[in-house]
Amino acid sequence: MLRNSETRFGLVTIVLHWTIGLLILGLLLLGFIMRRTGIDPALQFALYQWHKSFGFAALGLALIRAIWWLVERTPSPPASVSPLERKAARLTHDTLIVLAIVVPFAGWAVASASTLNIPSFFFNMIVIPHLPLARSETSENFWTFAHALLAYVTLALVAIHAAAALFHHFKRGDEVLTRMLRPGVRPVGAGSGGTSARKRDDAAVERK
Amino acid sequence: MTVTINSAVKATVYIAFIFSTSAANAQAPALADAAGSYRIASSSSIRFSVGQVGGGGGIAGRFAKFSGGFRIDGGNIERSSVEFTLYPESVRASERRVEDFLRSSAVFDAANFQTVTFRSTRVRQTGPATATIEGALTARGKTRKERFAVTLIDWNRRSISFTIRGSIRRSPYGMDVGTPIYSNVVEFDMRIIGQRR
Repeated sequence: MLRNSETRFGLVTIVLHWTIGLLILGLLLLGFIMRRTGIDPALQFALYQWHKSFGFAALGLALIRAIWWLVERTPSPPASVSPLERKAARLTHDTLIVLAIVVPFAGWAVASASTLNIPSFFFNMIVIPHLPLARSETSENFWTFAHALLAYVTLALVAIHAAAALFHHFKRGDEVLTRMLRPGVRPVGAGSGGTSARKRDDAAVERK
Repeated sequence: MTVTINSAVKATVYIAFIFSTSAANAQAPALADAAGSYRIASSSSIRFSVGQVGGGGGIAGRFAKFSGGFRIDGGNIERSSVEFTLYPESVRASERRVEDFLRSSAVFDAANFQTVTFRSTRVRQTGPATATIEGALTARGKTRKERFAVTLIDWNRRSISFTIRGSIRRSPYGMDVGTPIYSNVVEFDMRIIGQRR
């Protein structure tokens, strides 16, 4: 249930996937709003601090996700997925896992290199130290640009990733999306398959 | 009052010494001589700082534009008074972004509240060269009683200078933006130079 199987995602992967996904989308939205010109300055300050706290939360979870991805097996794609699609999926997933770590790090670098030297006070609970970067306007501008650029690349990949999942679900009728929604046990015929998994598999077959 | 004069003279004995070297047979200055009305000179400095969580840095700045005056009552120090106005638009800090933020609606709202004023209501002498001043501080349209500690630094026939320190909580004035990353308490460190009117 917690662990991945040969064809199914476990609860750990699923919870991490959706939590990080929601955080990424929320952070993109927050980042977009807080950079708007004409925003109320007090609100802007608050949004920046929320963005930093949620960004650190995303970084922590993304690191756990990456470790989990390295130590845990990755379920094979359904048989209907072609070798080229497998390669594209693999590349997208690997890149997303890396970007989920790199983007927050770049954000952390912005806070660290900024001449404003505003502490990162994680949800007003603990001060997260700055990265050992020299504080300068040039450095701050560079990291701000890198953080934003990488964030937009992430957004593009998330869009492709989501579109592919929807394509698989609605056009192909396979289990690519559904197996990331509910933790599965072993598939039909593997011995200990639960009834819920059996029903889902049946449904998938019927759609085909 | 004699006690006051004597103590003040003791506290400023080094000044008296400087005076005596230039005018050997002149008498040491007495605080009674300092009685009178003064205009706050532009050479005064109004500095402030706000601590930040985890220590280090914080926000530090000063105000370039201010005005005011005070009156020292020679007969009774406690009947002295001070009024002071500063213009938040003139705030200076480490960089432009900080200054703009301080002027903005988040902090001083300088567009709508051009001045911050202080008007003393009570002066109490606490030592030979020290006093506390209580008064009404008005910022962002809110007025509250605040207290500052004053130390006499230097004086002569034409001018007098003090350091004035005070810890002001900013939340009651609707300026609590950035807490708790930045302290709610603003430390004021002022060097006020009065020119005799």
